[in-house]
Amino acid sequence: MMEDASGIPIERTITPYLIGIVLALTLTAIPFGLVATGALDRSTTLGVIVVVAVIQIFVHLRFFLHIDFASTPKENLIALAFACVLIFIMVGGSLWIMFDLYHRMMV
Amino acid sequence: MTATAWTNVSPRDAEKYEEKEFGFWLYLMSDAIIFSLLFATYLIMVGNAAGGPTGKELFSLERAAGETALLLFSSTTFGLAAVALSSAERSKVLLWLAITFALGAGFIFLEIGEFRGMIAEGAGPDRSGFLSSFFTLVGTHGLHVSVGLLWIAVMIGQVLFKGLTAPVASRLMRLGLFWHFLDIIWVVIFSVVYLPGLL
Repeated sequence: MMEDASGIPIERTITPYLIGIVLALTLTAIPFGLVATGALDRSTTLGVIVVVAVIQIFVHLRFFLHIDFASTPKENLIALAFACVLIFIMVGGSLWIMFDLYHRMMV
Repeated sequence: MTATAWTNVSPRDAEKYEEKEFGFWLYLMSDAIIFSLLFATYLIMVGNAAGGPTGKELFSLERAAGETALLLFSSTTFGLAAVALSSAERSKVLLWLAITFALGAGFIFLEIGEFRGMIAEGAGPDRSGFLSSFFTLVGTHGLHVSVGLLWIAVMIGQVLFKGLTAPVASRLMRLGLFWHFLDIIWVVIFSVVYLPGLL
């Protein structure tokens, strides 16, 4: 992301978008291919899907949204980190409580 | 149309655009939290098919792959519109925005077809907890993409009638953040909903 005097951050080169689409297509093809062929067992495939999705989120943030530690304003990074903390607490907490409840109902 | 129309910004206006971008970023982060809670709800409800159809019977890998490809390519074509904006090539900006709109519209067309097919089979949102949470999650994303399409259409109009002025360039960059953000949400949707559902 190029921050210049205009205050409008504009990416001037096509390169990050091309790197982004190649990586994104590769990272999408891996889990779709695994599900289509059933090459690995169920739990391994689920593990690969999760790992590849997390990598792909970082690829999108870096090459499409142009987030990096050098040029992105610090406030934006803090807001992003805070959102991640909230998501972790709320999603993790909801799943923990509900599945704990589910197992208690079963016994 | 001079080549530097949008770069000609006073320091005071520059600060205004930076503030707007930060405000929009805060909105995106709160939207991410809304989506993450819909994902949590889906994960809790996914097992509750109430004897009705599950993801394995309802989802199509080909359709999910097609929707994914359309959104991924639309993110890239939006990027090309942004690059054309940086060199103030108005007709290229319009062309890439129009292609982005067409790809996004293709995505919505596939999704509406999927929803209609499911409802026609009796697998609507009222069938089970699983389907209620599925339609809420995927429908909310589809609604965002539809709003994004409306926004792209408005920006095509603004580029046509106002030209690549600084306010228009600033709005286009916020639209870009929104569009790329929706692509990230879709990555999580196919990784949490479609692929595990079809496994």
